[in-house]
Amino acid sequence: MAEKDVKLMKGNEVIAHAAVRCGCDGYFGYPITPQSEVMETLMELRPWESTGMVVLQAESEVSSINMVYGGAATGKKVMTSSSSPGVSLMSEGMSYIAACELPCLVVNCQRGGPGLGTIQPSQGDYFQACKGGGHGDYHFIVLAPSSVQEMYDFVGLGFDLAFKYRNPAMILADGAIGQMMEKVVMTPQQPRRTEQEIIEQCGEWATTGKGARKQGLVCTSLELKSELMEKINERLQAKYRLLEEQEARWEEIECEDADYIIVAFGSSARICSATVEQARKEGLKVGLLRPITLYPFPSKPLQKLAERGVKGFVSVELNAGQMVEDVRLAVNGKAPVVHYGRMGGMMFNPDDVLQEVKKNFVK
Amino acid sequence: MKETIIIAGFGGQGVLSMGKILAYSGIMQDYEVTWMPSYGPEMRGGTANVTVIISDKKISSPIASVYDTAIVLNQQSLDKFEALVRPGGVLIYDTNGIVNAPTRTDIEVYRIDAAAECARLGQAKMFNTMILGGFLKVKPIVDMAHVMEGLKKSLPERAWKMLPQNEAAIHRGGEIICKVR
Repeated sequence: MAEKDVKLMKGNEVIAHAAVRCGCDGYFGYPITPQSEVMETLMELRPWESTGMVVLQAESEVSSINMVYGGAATGKKVMTSSSSPGVSLMSEGMSYIAACELPCLVVNCQRGGPGLGTIQPSQGDYFQACKGGGHGDYHFIVLAPSSVQEMYDFVGLGFDLAFKYRNPAMILADGAIGQMMEKVVMTPQQPRRTEQEIIEQCGEWATTGKGARKQGLVCTSLELKSELMEKINERLQAKYRLLEEQEARWEEIECEDADYIIVAFGSSARICSATVEQARKEGLKVGLLRPITLYPFPSKPLQKLAERGVKGFVSVELNAGQMVEDVRLAVNGKAPVVHYGRMGGMMFNPDDVLQEVKKNFVK
Repeated sequence: MKETIIIAGFGGQGVLSMGKILAYSGIMQDYEVTWMPSYGPEMRGGTANVTVIISDKKISSPIASVYDTAIVLNQQSLDKFEALVRPGGVLIYDTNGIVNAPTRTDIEVYRIDAAAECARLGQAKMFNTMILGGFLKVKPIVDMAHVMEGLKKSLPERAWKMLPQNEAAIHRGGEIICKVR
């Protein structure tokens, strides 16, 4: 039966398994629905007894993100997870981490807002995830999983990208992907990096101890000389341009001959892929472009589709219209772009989306 | 093959775990599956439901607007989901606590008195697996051998001693389910 050793798990549970298996050094979190299973699963797995990974429940989200800040500064693979209101509390720390160019992973399993809102799924944190959230000109690398398998895969991918670019990464999921169970194929256990390996790989920036250095490294985001602070900003912006050039990821479903394109990410994209199936059965040429990275946003393929003569774009999101702004910037007036969404934890079904496509574009 | 099933009832009736057993059984037969629960305050004494999709192809949306089969275990769930069964689809209900029986004539309706049977046997905990057995009798989408593997995978190791009783309950469910129309 070995070949059938696949598991049925929730999106939140696989985050925990993936963290342990990819050699994560530490998880610091504070429980909040709908992502509490992440830490619960880690506590069940007891990785401190196997890989030596630290799992710690902090006294608040403010505390957990600052523990991540500290761990990341030493070159360790560290992460946290939360849901919308908790991520708001983390925003200050996230800005500091981005300013210090520290790799780490933050998982946001979104729920309906604003405020405490509801515990049902939402994608209302797109702006917060992609356009800042915290203060200053910074970006996280933002990955949007649309299946439980992607929840698993993006933990490793998130860390890889974070270390490659020395930039924090975020998995922007939502309550639906977090609570849903699907089958997942897990990767073999990777060892945690040794202290020596961290020194070799991250020695230029990680505070691994003074060692043979003449002066110890100081990790700080403070720079009171404006001339120097501008240089730091320019360096960050150069990195973001490089990310935009190299790391935009997306999936196209039936886009080649499509007259109308739905743009949707995460759980919305799953629902919209069924809309495409339905539309094609009715003879309507509808395609789906699914951004996998929300930052960097896949503008180029959208631009190409607009130039090819697509007649209309619908940005379908579980919010009041956030990603639609990035779609409009990419399409740049070449075709009409509209938004369709539900809010407050309500979800649309494939039919609703198809009616919306027809209402807007099919006369 | 694609079967979209909604299982709905009170929190505590084993609705979510029944869905999990079914989904795991699907995996054992190399099918694609999704298990999408209602979650949150509904779980505490209110209604709970889960959408399970089992398919031989990649599953697009884990959320559906109509269902091939609705398994309803209380009046609220019957009221809510009877209308959402596709024409020609299947509705399965336990008569316990049902005041207003299903009325649609364009779907197949089955009743299973699993609550009463479990009470008679003194095995209240076998309620959900008995219902599952009834469903599998009507829709044998997964082989019984794979159901047993799925059952084992779904339960924590400490509960494996209960496997024979659950297996018996699945078989009993298949025996007691009957077609209303």
